[in-house]
Amino acid sequence: MSTALLTDLVIFVLSLWVGFEVISKVPATLHTPLMSAANSIHGIVLVGAMLIAATTNSWIGYVIAFLAAVFASANVVGGYVVTGRMLKMFRRRPTPAATPAQPAAARDGQSS
Amino acid sequence: MSGFSFASQLIYVLAASCFVLGLHLMNNPASARRGNQFSTAGMAIAIATTLALIAHAGVITATGWTVMLVGALIGGGVGLYAARTVQMTAMPQLVSMFNAVGGGAAALVAIHDYIRVASAVVGPAESMTITTLLDVIIGSVTFSGSIIAAGKLQGVITSAPVTFPGARVVNLVLAAFGLAAAGYVLSTPSLAGLWIVVVASLVFGVLMVMPIGGADMPVVISLLNAFTGTAVAMAGFVIGNWALIIAGALVGASGGILTKLMADAMNRSIGNIIVGGFGTGDTAAAVVVAGGADVKAISADDAAIQLAYAGKVIIVPGYGLAAAQAQHEVAELADVLESHGVDVSYAIHPVAGRMPGHMNVLLAEANVPYPQLKEMDDVNPEFARTDVALVIGANDVTNPAARRPGTAISGMPILDVDQAKSIIVIKRSMGHGYAGIDNELYTNPKTSMYFADAKTALSELTSAVKTLVG
Repeated sequence: MSTALLTDLVIFVLSLWVGFEVISKVPATLHTPLMSAANSIHGIVLVGAMLIAATTNSWIGYVIAFLAAVFASANVVGGYVVTGRMLKMFRRRPTPAATPAQPAAARDGQSS
Repeated sequence: MSGFSFASQLIYVLAASCFVLGLHLMNNPASARRGNQFSTAGMAIAIATTLALIAHAGVITATGWTVMLVGALIGGGVGLYAARTVQMTAMPQLVSMFNAVGGGAAALVAIHDYIRVASAVVGPAESMTITTLLDVIIGSVTFSGSIIAAGKLQGVITSAPVTFPGARVVNLVLAAFGLAAAGYVLSTPSLAGLWIVVVASLVFGVLMVMPIGGADMPVVISLLNAFTGTAVAMAGFVIGNWALIIAGALVGASGGILTKLMADAMNRSIGNIIVGGFGTGDTAAAVVVAGGADVKAISADDAAIQLAYAGKVIIVPGYGLAAAQAQHEVAELADVLESHGVDVSYAIHPVAGRMPGHMNVLLAEANVPYPQLKEMDDVNPEFARTDVALVIGANDVTNPAARRPGTAISGMPILDVDQAKSIIVIKRSMGHGYAGIDNELYTNPKTSMYFADAKTALSELTSAVKTLVG
């Protein structure tokens, strides 16, 4: 087993533990945005796609690099935008008891 | 290692730290948006570093640049459009598609690396080929499996479990065949062998998800999410990039935790869900009129009286609410009750919806403030102090039969709705839930059934309450 592989393995295992620690504290309310945030994070595979494009010079390499770039960038951009869109919807009561007569109208005002 | 690539690895670790911090900030809805911004910044740093590395190395061809940039523009455009236009009810499909493309991209990275190394004079180093193969297998299974899952969620493919005689044998043979091919590729570099592994994995992904029914989707999506993370981490091993390894491991951990939580919430093992064939999905009201004698029906006006004069109301929403697109109606009813001084909260079962936390997002979209959304363990003790529990489109998760052994849902954690002083259930008919058994809650003397479509029922209730208190 090479040193490089060993280092990679250590990083992988420790990151798994960090992930378990951090993510087990996320409340159930946020589980959908969490999964969508995780989605955008695995879009980091775009880095891999870019490196293929940078090193290849065969047609099959270009085809693979192109597909990988399309997939990964859809993943990155879409993931972050949709997570942001969801998180924007989570809010506390806007102004407690400020407009008790029209609570619905007050909330609609915030939603745009 | 040159100074430049040394520095770039350090920056990748910085980017990965942003991901960890971003996930950490998601432990509270108030800080979660900042978390997403940190995570986005990390991604921007990683991509900028990669661009700098590529430009510095200078081996990229003009075609390489074109392929990369055009691909990124097309993909980014599609992703942006999908993210901007998706309905919140369709979120599980979108997440599933992102799992698919993430897994697919990870598999492509490994396939390319294998081709590159195998075409060199010296064969690939064995340790490297193992991670390459793992990447190809997991990535391909995720790709096809997630597309099938998205198709089922969208209704393009039937959401009922699809299974055929001998399916398990076919799966086993296929897995054995794929692994044999993988073993061969390990010992002898062979491109043909690699393609066989890819095809076998793709077919396996399809066969894995087809037999899984609609209500089990929260588990499947979480599991495929964990797979994607693992595939990306393997891609990191293949190209020797720490950012990919760390990010992939984080996603793998996240998907793993959610898979476990969802399976626990249904009291079923992951293996049991994957084997599938549980119930027949959303039983389209196989109208069991029997038992009609024991149930008490209620009119909108009577239900409105109960709600308007209650001190504390807990709303129990299920997937039926989302299917009827009645989130806004329920939020309106809650608003009217609250302005009349009723304490209103929502009891959310972990598997209400088609993905973890789905119901919370749907209610948040309808402007329900998140402090009102209560998790199962927090809300269960409150039912005994509740005047009216209003159940809308939830079935199995409220069935007290889960508390005793010998039923299809025995042991499944449920919401203690039957502890409330009175219960109103809005439902179209006496049809069964996913588990296909009678719900004993409906025949409870404290329960009144309001037979109507969720959306109509809620608007009727709201106007009835308004007339009462207005």
